[in-house]
Amino acid sequence: MSNPAAVSLGRVGAMVLRYTYLLRSSWPRLLEMIYWPAVQMLTWGFLQTYLVQAQGGAPNSAAIAAGALIGGVLLWDILLRGQQGFSFSFLEEMWSRNIPNLLMSPLRPAEFVVALMVMSLIRLAVGVVPVTLMAIAFFGFNLWALGIAFAAFFVVLIFFAWSVGLLVSGILLRYGLGAENLVWSLMFIIQPLGCVYYPVAALPGWLQPICWALPPTYVFEGLRGVLLDHILRTDLMLTGLAIDLLLFAGAAFGFARLLARARRAGTLLQMGE
Amino acid sequence: MSSLLPASNVPLTVEGLCKTYGKTVAVGPLSFSLTVGSTTGLLGGNGAGKTTTIGMIMGLIEPTRGSIHAFGHDMAHERHQVLGRMNFESPYVDMPNRLTVRQNLRIFARLYGVTDIEGKIARLAADLALVEFLDRPSGSLSAGQKTRVALAKALINDPELLLLDEPTASLDPDTADWVRAYLEAHRRDRNCTILLASHNMAEVERLCDRMVMLKRGSLIDDASPAELLARYGRSNLEDVFLDVARGRMNGKNRVGS
Repeated sequence: MSNPAAVSLGRVGAMVLRYTYLLRSSWPRLLEMIYWPAVQMLTWGFLQTYLVQAQGGAPNSAAIAAGALIGGVLLWDILLRGQQGFSFSFLEEMWSRNIPNLLMSPLRPAEFVVALMVMSLIRLAVGVVPVTLMAIAFFGFNLWALGIAFAAFFVVLIFFAWSVGLLVSGILLRYGLGAENLVWSLMFIIQPLGCVYYPVAALPGWLQPICWALPPTYVFEGLRGVLLDHILRTDLMLTGLAIDLLLFAGAAFGFARLLARARRAGTLLQMGE
Repeated sequence: MSSLLPASNVPLTVEGLCKTYGKTVAVGPLSFSLTVGSTTGLLGGNGAGKTTTIGMIMGLIEPTRGSIHAFGHDMAHERHQVLGRMNFESPYVDMPNRLTVRQNLRIFARLYGVTDIEGKIARLAADLALVEFLDRPSGSLSAGQKTRVALAKALINDPELLLLDEPTASLDPDTADWVRAYLEAHRRDRNCTILLASHNMAEVERLCDRMVMLKRGSLIDDASPAELLARYGRSNLEDVFLDVARGRMNGKNRVGS
């Protein structure tokens, strides 16, 4: 008999295949994944272009600010779409009343979560990569040119996105589709508190400790550091990643507890569309 | 008797199983075990606790008290060691509607570690008359076709223990008869152990060699169909079911009396 504690790549692959089949079968799903990031980037990008033109006399600082804004928009989309990619894949199981089939199969919760992470990356690749290329074409902002800094930003953001996705999935298991709106809305609290478009110093002092407890804050501060001071603050990235790991462990614990509570409450057989 | 078998060979042992929601007792206490190759009917009217019992055996509902062992493994702590030897079908569970039948079966075959996946799908499709539907979206099928697909999924890993929750619910008589005939043949050919929750007496009479009767979550009787007919002094199981459901006590030899 195989080691019961081992994670099976075959089962992870089966789940990834399941979501890939779904994406391939539905062009509206694929279109929607690109549509919103593109709209978001174009809106903010053209606004920034207008502001740069209006300032006229200070092209250098305006251009830097433009980079910070468009960069913020693109990184925000990585965060938001990363979480939604995770959560939407999970939601698909609830919409199709397939959760009991999965929980009764040899698929382990950890394998399910790894598959959702992989799908989050695949959906990001489909949805956000084309938009980063559009940002180069329309506004001359190349996120990829940030190199190692971009890699560090991505890692910190995606772990936070997965933590939120995992916790929301647990809440969905326990409370059913009545909690579905959390998938769409929960991450938006990060937009003001994660200081996506302005520095932490712009916020009231009492709010700043809360901001610094959120890993995305370190990324967006780091982005401004790279664009304005041309320095990658590794201390910020390491602190963000450390908080990320703590939050991910907490989200995994929360997911396990919520799954156990759903089993105790007997709600797993009652969920559906 | 199942108790004479080595623990690891007993497909299912349920001991003192209870499920309560607040002060409401949904099931229990309930004890029974299944012998290899048997088909046992879990019977009772609506709200008797059949689906809750199946849900607890599947691990989807946590028992308040009691234990469940499958092939000697405690389902509370070791379920992943035996889930590959089990499978189930329930009308309360669906499969992704947008995926084709073949895609769905392929995914579950991978989850259960089936070798020769395409060959297995082809054989099941032939057995269950699904060949012409294999490349159609599961959501476009009729109720009878969906039931056959769900059965194909339940049999994809050649389970030694098969849990069926009202497998012919909402099917027309012809399709229901076809499904019952298939299950009879499958049990005979594969020596598979089946636990079948139902309130369809014709189905139970045809398929089951033993019946566990529930009422409001409690065990009312546990015997073969012939023994039940004798105990209740009835000529068919429909009347026995009505006796149990309406609290009529013809049988003086009832379990516990």
